[in-house]
Amino acid sequence: MSNPQEQAVIHVHRDDIGTRMGMWLFLFTELLLFGGLFFLYSVYRFTHQQDFHIAAKELNTLIGTFNTAILLTSSLTMALSIAAIQKRNIKLSMFFQFLTILLALGFMINKYFEWMHHISMGLYPGGDELLSKGPGQILFYGLYYTMTGLHGLHVVIGAIVIGTMTRFTAKGVITPDNYVKLEAAGLYWHLVDIIWIFLFPLFYLIT
Amino acid sequence: MEKHADHQHDKHVTNYGIYILVWLALMILTGLTVTVAGINFGQLTVTTAIVIASVKSYLVLTIFMHLRAEQKAFRAFIGIALFFIIISFILLFADYSFYVR
Repeated sequence: MSNPQEQAVIHVHRDDIGTRMGMWLFLFTELLLFGGLFFLYSVYRFTHQQDFHIAAKELNTLIGTFNTAILLTSSLTMALSIAAIQKRNIKLSMFFQFLTILLALGFMINKYFEWMHHISMGLYPGGDELLSKGPGQILFYGLYYTMTGLHGLHVVIGAIVIGTMTRFTAKGVITPDNYVKLEAAGLYWHLVDIIWIFLFPLFYLIT
Repeated sequence: MEKHADHQHDKHVTNYGIYILVWLALMILTGLTVTVAGINFGQLTVTTAIVIASVKSYLVLTIFMHLRAEQKAFRAFIGIALFFIIISFILLFADYSFYVR
């Protein structure tokens, strides 16, 4: 007769709902982080409407729109990578994750050129050209660098996290039966997208 | 020996199609917000931009972030968090619209 102990079931402890809930709680702290900056933005914009209007003219709407499209598309490829792993298509999931990272890189390259353009014009905190302008414009560029910079940092971190997930998928840590890590990374990535959805009209489309 | 995992992943499998539709909607809304910004509605311009951004965020939250398929508790959590942040912004806008000159 077989030993009853050999039939013992190995119980893998997993709580996917808890994992996702934990990720959402972390996203709430991100909401506080960016929420505070959006408050600051609102107050300064109210008190310096004319200056914000003039300062925003230096921002290139075309590049901003293009970057919005890039980030929205990367959100799509992230969502598709989860749909693919649900359908047990590991290769396709990895392909979509890879595309997401590429789009993140594209976004950052555009950001680099945008920032470099402004810096070369002397429009950076403490720059001569900026200091000669009104206080509202100095505030605008302070917020511009802080908020798009913090957002850009999130894009870089997000790309690194997704890259780690691609490694996990290749190594079989993330499988069609256990992909909660990929879902958590996706939640982070979509939040970064949502923040940009608000940053874009507030900085690029002031009329 | 048998490995046993708690299969807590809902059987919910989303098709690619809905994601592509949402992406199309997001792109169209982006085009719309850029176009509207070109027309001068005065104070309404900012409001329009915020409304469009909120619609886009709603789509991302419910479809891309799977809130539609998630348990009710998630929606309650997020609803409460958003409620308080929106209230704070409404109070801030009210203050600046009526009291600050």
